[in-house]
Formats: sequence, C-alpha cells, structure tokens
Amino acid sequence: MTVTNAPSIITSRFDFDDSHTLARYEATGGYQALRKALAMKPQQIVDEVKTASLLGRGGAGFPAGVKWGFCPPGVWPRYLVVNGDESEPGTYKDRLLLERDPHQLIEGALITCFAVGCAQAFLYVRGEMALAQERIAQALNDAYAAGYVGKNILGTDFSVDVVLHWGAGAYIVGEETALIESLEGNRGMPRLKPPFFPAAKGLHLQPTIVNNVETLSNIPWIVEKGGNAFADLGAESSKGTRMFAVSGHVKRPGVFEVEYGVTTFRDIIYAPVYSGGVRGDRELKAYIPGGASAPWFYAEHLDLPLEKATVDKAGSMLGSGAIVVMDETTDMVRACHRVVRFFAAESCGKCTPCREGTTWLERILKRIIDGYGRPSDLELLLDVSDNISPGIAWPPKQTTICPLGPSAVSPIASALQRFQAEFEAYIAKSPLARRSTIPLASAAPEAAAVAAGGAS
Amino acid sequence: MPRLSTANEAIAREIIGRYPRPKSALIPLLHLAQEQDGYVTEDAIEHLAQLIGCTAAEVLGTCSFYEMLKLEEVGRYVVNVCTDISCMLLGGDQLLHHAEQKLGVHAGQTTTDGQFTLEEVTCIAACTEAPCLQVNYRYEYRVGGEQFDQLVEDLTAGRRDVPPHGTLARVRQHIPKDRAAGNADPAESVEPPWMAAAEVSDGGGV
Repeated sequence: MTVTNAPSIITSRFDFDDSHTLARYEATGGYQALRKALAMKPQQIVDEVKTASLLGRGGAGFPAGVKWGFCPPGVWPRYLVVNGDESEPGTYKDRLLLERDPHQLIEGALITCFAVGCAQAFLYVRGEMALAQERIAQALNDAYAAGYVGKNILGTDFSVDVVLHWGAGAYIVGEETALIESLEGNRGMPRLKPPFFPAAKGLHLQPTIVNNVETLSNIPWIVEKGGNAFADLGAESSKGTRMFAVSGHVKRPGVFEVEYGVTTFRDIIYAPVYSGGVRGDRELKAYIPGGASAPWFYAEHLDLPLEKATVDKAGSMLGSGAIVVMDETTDMVRACHRVVRFFAAESCGKCTPCREGTTWLERILKRIIDGYGRPSDLELLLDVSDNISPGIAWPPKQTTICPLGPSAVSPIASALQRFQAEFEAYIAKSPLARRSTIPLASAAPEAAAVAAGGAS
Repeated sequence: MPRLSTANEAIAREIIGRYPRPKSALIPLLHLAQEQDGYVTEDAIEHLAQLIGCTAAEVLGTCSFYEMLKLEEVGRYVVNVCTDISCMLLGGDQLLHHAEQKLGVHAGQTTTDGQFTLEEVTCIAACTEAPCLQVNYRYEYRVGGEQFDQLVEDLTAGRRDVPPHGTLARVRQHIPKDRAAGNADPAESVEPPWMAAAEVSDGGGV
C-alpha cells in the first residue's frame, strides 16, 4: 500500500478545537496569502492557479484557472459565487471546511475576486447546515472588523463585499445555473447552456464564476507556496491533495485528505490510517467511487488510483469525492432503489424525461422490492433509462438540461449488469411472476416466441 | 399578526440591502419569516412580496420549491432521519422505524402535542457518521435506539441547546456601514479599480 506523506493543504487546522476562529487562523499563517496576492498582479494569480492545475472539487472536475479565464473581457461587473450546497449522497467534505476553517474559504474567495476582478461575492451555504452558517457569519463579521473584507481591503484599492447566502433544501441547486436561479430568488431550476454559461451570462446575466468550497479552500496555499509546489503533488492529470469521504461498510468511516491521483481505492478503503478495511473482514461487494451519480466499482477496480483520468477511463468518476462501500451482505436491489429514489425526489421537474423517468424508475424498483415485480420490469427499467439517457452509456448522454436525470441511470445500469440475479430472485417470489401480463414487445422474448410459433 | 414584526422588518431591509437586486434576498427572508412564526404564513408571504417588490404568487412559487420552507405548522422540533444510501447501509431504516414507534407518528406527521415533526430525508452530508439525523438542522451522529430515546427525553425536558423550528443560524452577518464595499450593480458597467490599475501598469488590455 502506498500511503504518501503529502502535507495537509486544506485540513491542516482541523486538529485545533478553535480552528474556526480568526485568532487561530491568523496564528497559523492565515490571511498572509491575501497580503501576498494584493502585491501581485491579478493575472499573475490566475497564472499560478493554472500552473497548479487545480481541478474543481465539486463534481465535474474542471480546471479552476481555466474557468476563471472564460469571463468575456470588458464586461463588468463580474461576480463570484461560492457553491456550498453540498448534498450528493455520500459526500461530506465541504461542510467540514465551512464549519472548521471558514476563514480559509473566505481568504480563498477574496483572492479569487482579486484575481478575476469580481466586485461582489456570494457564499451560498446549504440550508440544512445551521452550524456552518453560524461559523461563516461569525467569521465574516470578524473578517470585516479586521479589515480583510469590505472597502479598501488592507489599505489597498481592492474592495469587495462577501455576502453569506443560504438555501432552503434542494439538491438541484448544487448545479451552477440552478444555484444562480436560486440566488436570484427563484425556484432552483437549471438554465440552458448555451447561452447561460455562468462565466458569460450568470448572476443577473453578468459574468459569474461559480467555484466549489473545497476548490477555493486550496487557493491560499497555492498563492503562498506557488502553483509549482501544488503541481508537485499528485499525478499527471490530478494535482495536489483532495478530500474523500469513505462511508458505508468500513471499519473506520471518515473524511481523509490524501494525495490526489496517487492513493488508490485499496489504500483508502483498507489502509489502517484510512478506513481500515471492510467491517467484520467481510468480502467487498461493490462501492460507489464518486457520489451517487457515479457507476459502481468492484474488487477489480481497487488498485486504480484516485485519479480523474484513470477513473473516467475505467467507466466511472471521482465526482464529489464520495466513496460508499457495500459488503457482501448488501441487498443490491435495495441499494439501487435508494440511490434512484434520491434523484426522483430531487428532480426539479423542468425536463420531462427526468421528472417522469426518475419517478417511474423509483416506482418500478419499489414494487420489485415490495414483492410485486413483473418479469418485464427489468427490460422496462432499461427502457425508461434509455429514454432519459440514450444508449445508457458512460459518460451519459442527456435528453435533459442538466445531468440529474442521467445520474439516476448509472446505479440501474451498474446493478442490473452485475446483480441481475438479485432482481430476478425478488421477481420470482412475486405473485405476478407467473401471471400473464401485457408484455412490452421487446420485453418478453418467451411471449413473442409463442406468438410467432402460433402464427406459423 | 404573522406579518414580520418591526424588528424583523428592519433585519429584512438590511438583508435586502446586501443584494444588487432585492428578489435575491427572498430565501433568506422566507427563513426569517419562518424563524418568527415557525412556518411561512400567508400574511408573511404578502409582506415579503411588498418588501422585495414582486407578487405574492412569485414568493409562493419560490417558497413551495424548497423542502425546508414549511407552508403549514410543524412541531417545535423537526426531526429529520436520513435513510439515503450511506445511512441505509448502517441502519437508517431501523432508526426511522424506531423513531416512528417512539413518537407514535409516521414520517411526515406531527405529534399531537405539537412537539415533534418526524421527516424521512435523503442525505444530510454526514455520511461517515451514519446513521444520522438532524433536530432543527442540528446534527446527531451514529444514532441508535437508546440514543434516540434519550434525545427525545432531553428535548422534551428542554435539556438540549436547540432553538425552536424556524431559527436556523443564531449568528447573523452584519456588514458595518463604514466597512461596506457596496453592491455591484449589474446596470452599471464599472471596471473594478484594481483591475483597471493593473491594465494601466501593463500598458494595455488583458
């Protein structure tokens, strides 16, 4: 196993009980990066972040420095929106950063505003996180009083207000255009891209940079130590460190900051310093490598590094850094239903394939579990899936504005491919298993064969 | 009157003042209304519409989209038990069942004494601490049956530091007038001074 001794970049203060206070932050080098940044040219900072190859930590994994460069020149004002609406099942890291090191995020946001030329920043924190909101509010009040935020920051001509905003319970708001709608006081429904790419037409149709909490928390370190120091850590396409939450059937569930691209799934699931192995030393059945939207992985994928390109190529994604481990006792039909239920509940209702499709997928899975599955249901699940995401491929194709609907297809494709027998076992016990139902043309080869035989 | 009180209206105006467009303040204001009354009343919706300059229907449209905003009375304590994948794997369903037995209500219902509303929720970002729940959006980790019973007893006896439903953060952001940079108005195409200065020293455009 390779447990690297890479430094902690973003969780370095987590061991202090008072890590959320301004006093602790300043005592541990806090706001020094901001001072350094203000003495640099904005473009130099953008270049450092590009050198660092900092990939977005929210799910899509787009390089932050490149994203910053997408703002059309000469169009003002620009806004920064910090996406702290973490709610992908299995994901648990942004909340820790908000609660335990709010100043690090604020400093990262300030430096970003300076580098990109954003005249106002909005920190969108998920509604359900009361403590995080309190910590951020206190941190902002303290930072304003100390002269780090607001008018003429640290005596320079750099002025920006950072406004704490919070949501009210809607997963879809984690999608950047839905987040912007929500921040304008509307229902959180995604906008069509193009033309509404946030960097071009975002908040109030102005250029807007939307960055994830973990992404921005890396910025102070990068400015202080340099982009090259960051790029020295990690692998070819995945630099620095990254937080992963390992939950489910492991001995020690937890959130770990590890060297990106080098640490493997086996390391993080089995190494004693991380999750310490599957509970009761049982067999590993499957694991979700990157949040509920990601296709599942199995034992044969354990030696893959936690690296974006590798995992993408293997047919899944690291997404939001959420690993959910399932041992041999897991009922995969129930696991599949639980993930699909989430997307059905959280569909915003804007696009028909997602609104209707996820709802029907959930209902069909539920009736299978409840003992009323039909032999044609497996074919039907795939048929509905195919209508949400044509071809049921990876990366998924979309019939919808955003990727939420297609995300519900991944667990179905995974579970049916690998554990079809478990679905069939449920259906075999159903009173409908032997009753003749109206078959789908494509769904019941036996019935079709009988019909064909009768006709000849 | 379930309109915003004078004190809360002042807070509302301060919040509205932090946004380039008043309607952006809507979700925070709906939380404020809920903090005052425990849920969002019809009168509060009317009042918020006046404050931000839109119709009551628009306010209701936004309000009805978000799970946390309640249009009917709920209990003093809203207990959200997570049964999504990570919690399910470690007993979330059993915890919810136990909670239903203990409180004598199904998920989605409120106890007759108005103390508890039980909800089944999907992922509250504490997956490594499963099974977990929230009481008025404050976390309880790795909750078993006994712990749940203790929690209910503590809440009933007022032994926990949990404010009544509606109060989210007990710390409010306050931007002192002399420290405020001011809103970036989308109608005014102004280049920030530090960007303009950098261009001048570069001797040209970016």
